[in-house]
Amino acid sequence: METYQILQIAWFCLWGLLWAVYFLLDGFDFGLGTLLPFLGKTEEEKRVIYNAAGPYWDGNEVWLISAGGVTFAAFPKAYAVMFSALYAPLLILLFTLIFRAVSYEFRSKETLPGWTQLWDTVQFLGNFLPALLFGVAFANLFRGIPIDQYGIYHGSLIELLNPYGLAGGVFFVLIFALHGALWLSLKSEGGLHTKAVAAAIGLWPIVLIVTLAFLGLTAYYTNLYANYLKYPLLGVAPLLAVVGLLGVRCCLTSGKLLLAWASSGLFIIGVTFFGVLGMFPGMIISSMNPAWTVTAFNGSSSQLTLTIMLGVALVFVPIVICYQFWMYRTFAGPVTHEHLKDEHSY
Amino acid sequence: MDDVVLLSRLQFAVAVLFHFIFVPLTLGLSVLLAWMETRYVTTGDEVYKRMAKFWGKLFLINFTLGVVTGITLEFQFGTNWSRYSTYVGDIFGSLLAIEATVAFFLESTFVAVWAFGWNRLGKKTHCFAIWMVAIASNCSALWIILANGWMQHPVGYVIRNGRAELQDFFAVLTNPYAWGQYAHTILSAWMLASFFVLGISAWHLARKSNGDFFRRCFRMAAPFALICALLTALTGHQQGMAVAKYQPVKLSAMEAQWETQKHVPVHLLQIPDRANKMNSLEALSVPGLMSWMAYGDVNAEIKGLKAFPETDWPPVNTTFWSFRVMVALGVIFILLAGVAFLQRNKEEIGPGIARALVWAIPLPYLGLAFGWTVAEVGRQPWIVHGLMRTTDAVSPVPAGNVVLSLIAFIVVYSLLGLIDIYLLRKYACQGPGR
Repeated sequence: METYQILQIAWFCLWGLLWAVYFLLDGFDFGLGTLLPFLGKTEEEKRVIYNAAGPYWDGNEVWLISAGGVTFAAFPKAYAVMFSALYAPLLILLFTLIFRAVSYEFRSKETLPGWTQLWDTVQFLGNFLPALLFGVAFANLFRGIPIDQYGIYHGSLIELLNPYGLAGGVFFVLIFALHGALWLSLKSEGGLHTKAVAAAIGLWPIVLIVTLAFLGLTAYYTNLYANYLKYPLLGVAPLLAVVGLLGVRCCLTSGKLLLAWASSGLFIIGVTFFGVLGMFPGMIISSMNPAWTVTAFNGSSSQLTLTIMLGVALVFVPIVICYQFWMYRTFAGPVTHEHLKDEHSY
Repeated sequence: MDDVVLLSRLQFAVAVLFHFIFVPLTLGLSVLLAWMETRYVTTGDEVYKRMAKFWGKLFLINFTLGVVTGITLEFQFGTNWSRYSTYVGDIFGSLLAIEATVAFFLESTFVAVWAFGWNRLGKKTHCFAIWMVAIASNCSALWIILANGWMQHPVGYVIRNGRAELQDFFAVLTNPYAWGQYAHTILSAWMLASFFVLGISAWHLARKSNGDFFRRCFRMAAPFALICALLTALTGHQQGMAVAKYQPVKLSAMEAQWETQKHVPVHLLQIPDRANKMNSLEALSVPGLMSWMAYGDVNAEIKGLKAFPETDWPPVNTTFWSFRVMVALGVIFILLAGVAFLQRNKEEIGPGIARALVWAIPLPYLGLAFGWTVAEVGRQPWIVHGLMRTTDAVSPVPAGNVVLSLIAFIVVYSLLGLIDIYLLRKYACQGPGR
């Protein structure tokens, strides 16, 4: 195999990895926001939920920017086609993320009547909708979208809301809700902690059923399994997902909540790679004609750019992981009454 | 197609100008905050801690909108400029990706560490966090401006496989145009932040609230404002020479210079007449000044707009007036900063000066917006100077979609901008806590 092809494959895997890490991290923020109206009954409970995402959400969101940036840098054609074809859904996603960010920052800054209720609603929608939209978008990418040989989209916004797309949306909302409930169980005390654990236990069987349903629908609507039949070794990805999901249940039973959250993270990474590796080498699959699919091979940057970017990624991504890990450790432990008194907390 | 181009340009203008309301304060105030907190760590004086907390609160309110409006821009290249992205992504995309990986992660992680870490970290570690924010945000700007500088003066590429491919990464990193632009942008951002601190301090000093606290803030910001205002002008002049060298047609539009001449003057009063390709008013002329400013030689020849095909002209009026207003504001900033500098050690600053400084808070924002207008409108009709025309760069999306998204941007941004300004004003007027 040529060096160029190896680079393209490496970048395809890194592209999948960035999305996986993004979902692993911002996923719990989505879950927290989605659960806010259900678990946050008192003002203090609500503030604990906000501050459970407090120091993290911004750094988590950068993984999205990085995933977008890497798509642009390593696969400019895939980036261009994806963003222009999915113009409306991606801009809606963007607006929901904008509103989510300001809801963190603005909520505690004013005491006008109705102010906190307003931002609580925004916080819920700003986390629930992106989770849903990412699910819809990725399910449609797995399935293929109607693009022609010039990358021009020949569908409508409504067509993206097909049964499989919607199933993907529901699937993502639920896995992030579980992930968020587990995170909240680590970041809260007392009654809220109990509620968070109960929510995780209650969500688990639903996630299991929806996962099985989604896998079934995937066989019906997509070609993802073809790669797994061709290269059975790739089955490691879905296997990790299964291990993760079962691990969540076992750890919940034994009360090891950090491990339960980590298992949920493994599940998310496994699910993301299950989809991404199933698409390989496709990135934007054309449902009109397989020849028009944008792949890692026909949509990538030049060899020089891929090489330089790989160098940058291999040096800096581990550094990023180190200081983000340090940050997570620094702020580890439940959000306490004392923390909420800090004037800089949400 | 023309509609889509115009609408997409408008949308990008809205997105980028709005983004750049928040960015310069982040760039400059982070440096001032790092300085304040360093003073706290080295002297142990609690006033510096209160300073870092007070200005830090305003910094954080401003920071969030800077972040989210930045994501918009990363989306814009793909949603609205997909042909551009396909054509130059090999170079342009990698600069954006490096920005995210190298700088933006650092900035976002440490800003949270700083905001939430007051009671969790040691003094020195906490101070380290704000230095990381300051360094990372200013590095982040470097990568973005290397990307923009490449659009102004593309280097290190080769046209291959129907697109611009990277040939010499080092040339892209050392692009002289981009570095000049970076210096000018950073210094103007630091100037903006120091005017922000001066203005709010002056507001409190005029009301005699927290007198000692704000006098010390004023004393810190005044020299910084003056140095940055002077260096902004100097780097602006340098950048003008770079424009003369690399984008002569932009220079001619900035000066509304129609004919090719030697020993070209600057007309302090000048009104261009685009339709008749001449100036309807030229008065108060300084002979040879423009030749000297562009090439360092009073007798140098400057090519007029008519020396270039009209299809390559940028919009003359917008470029000319934006440049004029920017330069006029730049002069005002030097004068105001000079006055503030002279007043910095007085017990009480004059009420007129205090009022002027409060009203001067928005002026650097305007100055920077006009500066970017010169840079970006002046580059037209090219999206990448001399390489790709803006009309060839736009996405194949229906005009209706762009209309809707443009309206959504205007509505959402106005709303968030108003709330943000309201909160900034509220916390600025509230003053520091105990």
